[in-house]
Amino acid sequence: MHPMADNGLLESVLRLVEKVDGGTDSQDVAADLGVDHQVIVGAVKSLQALGEVISAEQKSSKHWELTGEGREIAEQGSHEARVFNAIPDEGLPQNQLMKMPSGKVGFSKAMSNKWIRLDKAHEGGPRVFKTVEAIEDTVRDKLQLVQKGQSAKLEDKEKNELKKRKLLSEVTVKSYWITKGSSFSTTITKQETELTPEMIASGSWKEKKFKPYNFEAMGVAPDCGHLHPLMKVRTQFRQIFLEMGFTEMPTNNFIESSFWNFDSLFQPQQHPARDQHDTFFISDPALAHEFPQDYLERVKKVHSEGGYGSQGKSDTHTHTHTHTLTLTHTLTHTLTASFTAKFTPVKYFSIDRVFRNETLDATHLAEFHQIEGVVADYGLTLGNLMGILHQFFTKLGITKLRFKPAYNPYTEPSMEVFSYHEGLKKWVEVGNSGVFRPEMLLPMGLPEGVSVIAWGLSLERYVDTHI
Amino acid sequence: MPTVSVKRDLLFEALGQKYTDEEFDELCFEFGLELDEITSEKEILIREQGDEKAEGASDVVLYKIDVPANRYDLLCLEGLVRGLQVFKEKLEAPRYKRVSPADGGEPQRLVITEETASVRPHAVAAVLRNITFTQERYESFIELQEKLHQNICRKRTLVAIGTHDLDTISGPFTYTAKPPGEIRFKPLNQSKEYTATELMSLYKTDSHLRHYLHIIENEPLYPIIYDSNGIVLSMPPIINGDHSKISLNTKNIFIECTATDLTKAKTTLDMVVTMFSEYCEEPFTVEGAEVVYPDGRLCVYPELAYRTETLSGDFINKRVGINESAESIAQLLTRMCLRSEVSGEGDLIQVEIPPTRADVIHACDIMEDAAIAYGFNNIVRSTPRTYTIANQLPLNKLTELLRQDLAAAGFTEALTFALCSEEDIADKLRKNIAETRAVHISNPKTTEFQVARTCLLPGLLKTLAANRKMPLPLKLFEISDVVLKDETKDVGARNNRRLCAVYYNKSPGFEVIHGLLDRVMQLLDVKPGRNQGYHIQAAEDSTFFPGRCAEIFSCGKSIGHLGVLHPDVISRFELTMPCSAIDIDIEPFL
Repeated sequence: MHPMADNGLLESVLRLVEKVDGGTDSQDVAADLGVDHQVIVGAVKSLQALGEVISAEQKSSKHWELTGEGREIAEQGSHEARVFNAIPDEGLPQNQLMKMPSGKVGFSKAMSNKWIRLDKAHEGGPRVFKTVEAIEDTVRDKLQLVQKGQSAKLEDKEKNELKKRKLLSEVTVKSYWITKGSSFSTTITKQETELTPEMIASGSWKEKKFKPYNFEAMGVAPDCGHLHPLMKVRTQFRQIFLEMGFTEMPTNNFIESSFWNFDSLFQPQQHPARDQHDTFFISDPALAHEFPQDYLERVKKVHSEGGYGSQGKSDTHTHTHTHTLTLTHTLTHTLTASFTAKFTPVKYFSIDRVFRNETLDATHLAEFHQIEGVVADYGLTLGNLMGILHQFFTKLGITKLRFKPAYNPYTEPSMEVFSYHEGLKKWVEVGNSGVFRPEMLLPMGLPEGVSVIAWGLSLERYVDTHI
Repeated sequence: MPTVSVKRDLLFEALGQKYTDEEFDELCFEFGLELDEITSEKEILIREQGDEKAEGASDVVLYKIDVPANRYDLLCLEGLVRGLQVFKEKLEAPRYKRVSPADGGEPQRLVITEETASVRPHAVAAVLRNITFTQERYESFIELQEKLHQNICRKRTLVAIGTHDLDTISGPFTYTAKPPGEIRFKPLNQSKEYTATELMSLYKTDSHLRHYLHIIENEPLYPIIYDSNGIVLSMPPIINGDHSKISLNTKNIFIECTATDLTKAKTTLDMVVTMFSEYCEEPFTVEGAEVVYPDGRLCVYPELAYRTETLSGDFINKRVGINESAESIAQLLTRMCLRSEVSGEGDLIQVEIPPTRADVIHACDIMEDAAIAYGFNNIVRSTPRTYTIANQLPLNKLTELLRQDLAAAGFTEALTFALCSEEDIADKLRKNIAETRAVHISNPKTTEFQVARTCLLPGLLKTLAANRKMPLPLKLFEISDVVLKDETKDVGARNNRRLCAVYYNKSPGFEVIHGLLDRVMQLLDVKPGRNQGYHIQAAEDSTFFPGRCAEIFSCGKSIGHLGVLHPDVISRFELTMPCSAIDIDIEPFL
């Protein structure tokens, strides 16, 4: 921060600016007013803050300045001149001359200038004598010129010589080129910072000048709460499903029995997904009860012997009433519940937490959000699945889709959904989908000819990309 | 999803065509494979063990290809090439044949004794005659067995494969089970004999084999296969004998698969022989072997069973959403190694399922193959005409509305885990775990996930602790599910939707949290009042500071608590400022 200059100084600066056409340099202003340049820099900043009184453009210029030693010489004369002047006509013993502050340098310079001579054979020791009557101290003269700001009168060679003797240095000075502003005036009026109720009441605002705002600064953050970004994305996905006529499934059952989670999904009992490693199993409460017994029997049969047109998987099927912590397939629950009476076409969705037994790190979460959509109707085709996925992703702003054959135990055909990522310039997987296997649907009591198409994706991967 | 690693140049040579990486990636995509990575042994070593170890390693380009988990016929170079060549109609799918020994010789025989019943009751066997190995073929043969072991064989628990140089042993072979102390042989790549007991401790430190020891370790009898001279072929599922090991020069191979699951054993054997009979003098023929069961039954393996399914072109068209003639569908299926022809009756198609396609168990599997051959991305995408009216789940609708308004009231939404440690919901909240109605997890990988949360407060307090450096006051909320034990439910537990909010500042701000309650009740259209309205009443709760806690009642029913947290709770969550909180059940407001 520059010290605020007082109004007197500011007005002096303004008067100087008024006198010149085309502007003036702040260094010249400093020289004219006889104050340090930094003070004028402060004044310029204060004037700028008043609005369009002046305009000031920063510039930098190089100039020559005396060093400490240079200033001493400009005042007292060069070392060689001082040595010369110290010698009386009868001469001076050399050892005495050498004791002078300028002795050493001055002696050799004066010698090379041939102003003095040394009589080594003089009785009483070596003695120094003048050889000329008078001298001209050009070094001092040149330095004094620089001191007066007239360094332009010196030749470059001369300045460089003095620089080599460490008497001059070249410095860069930042200064302002000051010109009159659009509302130039030589008097300073105090500016108001803000409009007040009193000003409005009295009408005094009409006469006042207001300090300009700094539009570069940031505003004050509003005093409010925020929704979680991931939950905002969840809201968007809910909205998309609702727009497409999908009904929300009740997924608020984190604890599910192994039967609903695996068996009803035609997941073999030896399937790796059932390994202890991936699933959270519950120790308390340990066992589930109240299964729909006839459905259970049908599921058991299709696993072990086949049926509904299937070869089965020849699993040795021992039903374990253990619990698992997942919700992926509340779906089967919901579908079974919906179709116990008479089948009507349905569209369902769910977005909720799923769980996976993992240790946490940057890329693995034990909990994440799964988005699922499902349509059950007579005669649905694979082309229908692709069509509805196209509609769904278009609502997300993703229009370039393609499908890759894949494998899921409970859907056939199964397709991985890829979209073209314009940023990465490649196809990336955005979801998984398929047509549910008849072995899964028929034991649930769905009529022949009904197909169920479904897709799933992870909510987490859409954060930062769509909202 | 299994990953198969093949040398690129070898693959292209076998495919009879060079591809750019992009072209090959496209082909994989269309066929349902994924070119996962392009690398080399050297690159892998550099990545895993550093530059020094990789010095001199091969920089031959490797393709790592992801194969669907049910396609065991694509787990080696031979199978991949065969599948792709048939798909591209450059090759007709070979017909695999079981043959009898040449010159009317006796087939090899494997006799199963009843002792195996308790540990590993099944076995199947076959012979590959006059095979020609090269270094690459030999490596692929070993690698396929490993891939099968990891996948269909479920890490050798269901099936274990043993392959032997038939010219070093003589049948009939006996598959039996013996106490480990009585088994003694020189195992593969060892220089001396060990008893089975010694082997189990020897392999405890073997990075590869130690994973299989548990399968038989605690059994009184271990499975073992001998030849007629008492030479040990293998001790499944752990290790083969050194005597019969195969080499590059092996001409005749005896293959045995022992199992706990007979179907999987048959499939595994079919895979090994169909893939590698290609290199026999008479390609794609396999010499049958007899297996005699303890009850005297005799079966000949490998089965190499072909099965025929009949389905209509109309079925395929309707399920896929295309309109192709039966002839053209038959042609599509043939490209997927399912040799098909139109039967002549209407649009019926006869589809032959070869022994390599154990994944085809239903008409829908055949339909998928037709769709793949047609090209998923050539199918016309059409929106289903299913007309339905959408409904929100009332609980989620209420939650959405409340979330918006809580944020508008100046509170910021947090999202915290539904699983936590026992300590989080008990000790840290000054509660006894036995009284929490918490659901306990039996197999958590870390202590962070021992129980399902019974309240939202610990999650919010942890979020506060993680954001201590933010300017005060901190105001957070979450509306989400907790899980409580409930004997009236079939699974013994139920979710409960709760609203929790905290205010963290230099002063406790009870009035702020109380004000939030008033606002929530205003939104829910519940007026202050004792009977039909809501009110709060002083209560004691160990989580809260004594005298600074109230129970919340709505329409006469308790719905939760609010108050200033106990100083011990604050410090146990590594917080330093006073904090007030509210926790209510929102389900009564549905």
